[in-house]
Amino acid sequence: MKTLSRIYTALVFMFLYAPIAVLLLYSFNSSTSTIVFNGFSLQWYKTLFADGSTLHALYNTLLLAVCSSVIATVLGTAASVGIEKLRKGALRSAITATTNIPMMNPEIVTGVSMMLLFVFIGRILRINAVLGFGTMLIAHITFNLPYVILTVLPKLRQTDKNLAEAAMDLGCKPGSAFFKVVLPAISPGIITGLIMAFTLSLDDFIISYFTSGPGFQTLPIVIFSMTKKRVKPDMYALSAIIFVSILILLILYNIAQVKSEEKSRKRH
Amino acid sequence: MENNIIFDLKNITVAYGDNTVLKNLNLSIHDREFITLLGPSGCGKTTTLRIIGGFIEPDEGEVFFEGKKINGVPPYKRQVNTIFQRYALFPHLNVYENVVFGLRLRHLPEKEIKETAREMLELVNLKGFEKRHISSLSGGQQQRVAIARALAVKPRVLLLDEPLGALDLKLRKDMQVELKNIQQRLGITFIYVTHDQEEALSMSDTIVVMDNGLIQQIGTPEDIYNEPRNAFVADFIGESNIVDGIMLKDLYCQFSGQRFECLDKGFAPNEQVDVVVRPEDVDVVPVEKGMLKGTVTSVTFKGVHYEMIVDIGGFKWMIQSTDYQAEGDRIGLYIEPDAIHIMKKSEYSGMFGDYSSFSEEYEELSNAEEPEDEENSGEEEDL
Amino acid sequence: MNRRSSLNSKLTVSPYIIWAALFIIAPLFFVVYYSFTTSAGDFTLENVQALSKYLPTFLRSIWFGIEATLICLIIAFPTAYIIAQKTDKIQRTMVMLVMLPMWMSFLIRTYSWMAILQDTGIINTFLTKLGIHPVHMINTGGAVILGMVYNFLPYMILPIYSVMAKLDYSMVEACQDLGGNRLTVIRKCIIPLSLPGIVSGVTMVFVPSVSTFYISQKLGGGSFDLIGDVIERQFQQSYNYNLGAALSLVLMILILISMAFMNKFSDEGEIVI
Repeated sequence: MKTLSRIYTALVFMFLYAPIAVLLLYSFNSSTSTIVFNGFSLQWYKTLFADGSTLHALYNTLLLAVCSSVIATVLGTAASVGIEKLRKGALRSAITATTNIPMMNPEIVTGVSMMLLFVFIGRILRINAVLGFGTMLIAHITFNLPYVILTVLPKLRQTDKNLAEAAMDLGCKPGSAFFKVVLPAISPGIITGLIMAFTLSLDDFIISYFTSGPGFQTLPIVIFSMTKKRVKPDMYALSAIIFVSILILLILYNIAQVKSEEKSRKRH
Repeated sequence: MENNIIFDLKNITVAYGDNTVLKNLNLSIHDREFITLLGPSGCGKTTTLRIIGGFIEPDEGEVFFEGKKINGVPPYKRQVNTIFQRYALFPHLNVYENVVFGLRLRHLPEKEIKETAREMLELVNLKGFEKRHISSLSGGQQQRVAIARALAVKPRVLLLDEPLGALDLKLRKDMQVELKNIQQRLGITFIYVTHDQEEALSMSDTIVVMDNGLIQQIGTPEDIYNEPRNAFVADFIGESNIVDGIMLKDLYCQFSGQRFECLDKGFAPNEQVDVVVRPEDVDVVPVEKGMLKGTVTSVTFKGVHYEMIVDIGGFKWMIQSTDYQAEGDRIGLYIEPDAIHIMKKSEYSGMFGDYSSFSEEYEELSNAEEPEDEENSGEEEDL
Repeated sequence: MNRRSSLNSKLTVSPYIIWAALFIIAPLFFVVYYSFTTSAGDFTLENVQALSKYLPTFLRSIWFGIEATLICLIIAFPTAYIIAQKTDKIQRTMVMLVMLPMWMSFLIRTYSWMAILQDTGIINTFLTKLGIHPVHMINTGGAVILGMVYNFLPYMILPIYSVMAKLDYSMVEACQDLGGNRLTVIRKCIIPLSLPGIVSGVTMVFVPSVSTFYISQKLGGGSFDLIGDVIERQFQQSYNYNLGAALSLVLMILILISMAFMNKFSDEGEIVI
């Protein structure tokens, strides 16, 4: 049974990593083919860094991810604090249901619906190219918000309800009680939400596809337009770099987590 | 005691929607006393405490602090500090920073802050814990930090909201003694909220028994125990047999078909009353010598004594005795006049004091109260 | 009654409420609006009537979605179970390994499958070398489903795993204790207990599978149009927003119905992430 389960797990992971292995391999291919491997070379990495447009798209992607995740985190945290205090009732259920919509709806519908809104507003305001950084930012903030709320709200529930009161009791004014005590207490949840929003925004293609214009293109959109024709291995090289950096980040994160756990265990 | 009232609550009413939590409550709290608000969950005790702390404004009524009306004064301007149910320690700060939190807000010189922190940590026996993280402390230690933090700002009054609820029995007993010591040493007023009658009896100068948003009785622990005003108080504090009786005339009453001498007077002739007899005040005697006769229906060994349920004419009495009686034995009971306490009939008459449905398990279930304070409940919802 | 709170709750939620009304609710209104109007803005039922033409596409999408979801479930359940049995440290590493592919652009990963599946691709080159006749794989329905399974498998493994990892193992022991053999334990104990995870896994795989448009284009070679492809074309090629909106509306309603259906399976209807 044990060997069987091992073989099974190995097969599943092979399946998950097969295409990644392929693209890692072909990023070192000496020819343009993504089918036949002709020999080892680093030329695609060179082409990648020589190609300003890809790097520009990477810059755009990061800019959008930073802006949208930060704004979504601020809005979402404020919303969570309010929702937590709201009493059960129509308003609260309405907010809950609305928050679930972007997570439940197919991404294509979310993207299309926002596009329709933007196009309509563009028509009314007589703006010709309404789609661009602004519309993408709005779209990204919108689909990030539920994830931020869903990570912050449980953290808020876990924290002692009397925390802010305790601070006021000791002499804090209501506003500073929140910033001095409640915010630091829920900061792990806020940071998780921020990271989640950031990666979601980084990775998003479908919603971006419908809300972006030619003036502002992110990496996934550039990749998409490339895969419409033929992908050159420099895209593979880029993906390989992204993959390796994420791998390193995750490993570091895990090591840090293990260390902090050991530390807290020692303290007890 | 009349002239040193520190807190005065006058005609306080609080309602959450249709649910009236406090009904026209009047309470005077004296300086330097240890006063306990005691009652089951939902009785309004926590709400009363939060009104004093300034976290809730009453819908009606006035709050006076040393004769000055303080309605509308926010918590951070009151000379009152609170120990919260789950301590509400700041998880991102270490022990020292938690203790000096209030001092820092007062912009005191660093030297003074340090000195006070040292003093406070010494007071609660936490010397050497300054750098420790809150999450690495045990429940008892967290409790001590909460006390040190609240006392560091030198409040006139300390409010304690079921502070020992989360601790285990042994630790709870130790902390009871310690809290009482701290209160006496510092000479400040403690207002303590609990549903644990033992805790209330052993620590308080004054107990305020509450139920249903109303004060049922105010008195010293002895008064409350020996002279409960109604069946609720008699039942909530200690064990009580409460039977229907008639006050024949002063010093004479009748219950369970027998006449008894008692010490109470001032009732109308033949007035219907509730008669309270504590289980430990009944003597077990041979059948022929008993004033009342009954059959033992169950016996439980309790360590110091046996606890028996005795059927007397269909009414189940609880009797505590150091002598063993077998189940099914016929025994006689002898009750001294000073063991009998007479109460006027109340809305609680007939609700308590019969042990026919008594079982240990049941008792424990009903004691396992939610630690949730009453106004926060019913707000959880999944998102 | 008057409660003091550190911040006014209505004040902190209101920006979000405004945001949600503008960018979550209003766009849905526009989907409905465009569905029932012409490009000039007049009321019409034309778009809705045109939908009947797309019935086969809808049915294919649903069918592919169901197949992909079932295959994911069959692969994911044992995987999640195996992971949940491991020690904490190994569990964490394995979960990380499951999540890692999701961090890469799904466009690239899907494209990479083309290199594997093509007639002259890696698998067929390998088969030819072994002297076996090459198999035609790309541009088939099977390839599309494989692409869906590949892309969305982590969404099935993770929720099932997170429920299983929290399972009180003594419950499994109790089941064995009461006379269950291995299979009964799984059937009567583990499956019902991990149902919330299964339900959210199924929704998290089914919804993107039904609505995908990239996978079918790349691995189906254009001959297996799914509803997502049709919608995409209305917006990015033929610029018939009104028909596109009508198609989206139907897709949304379809998802809502299947969601309600799934929630019937779990009592709470909660989604575990």
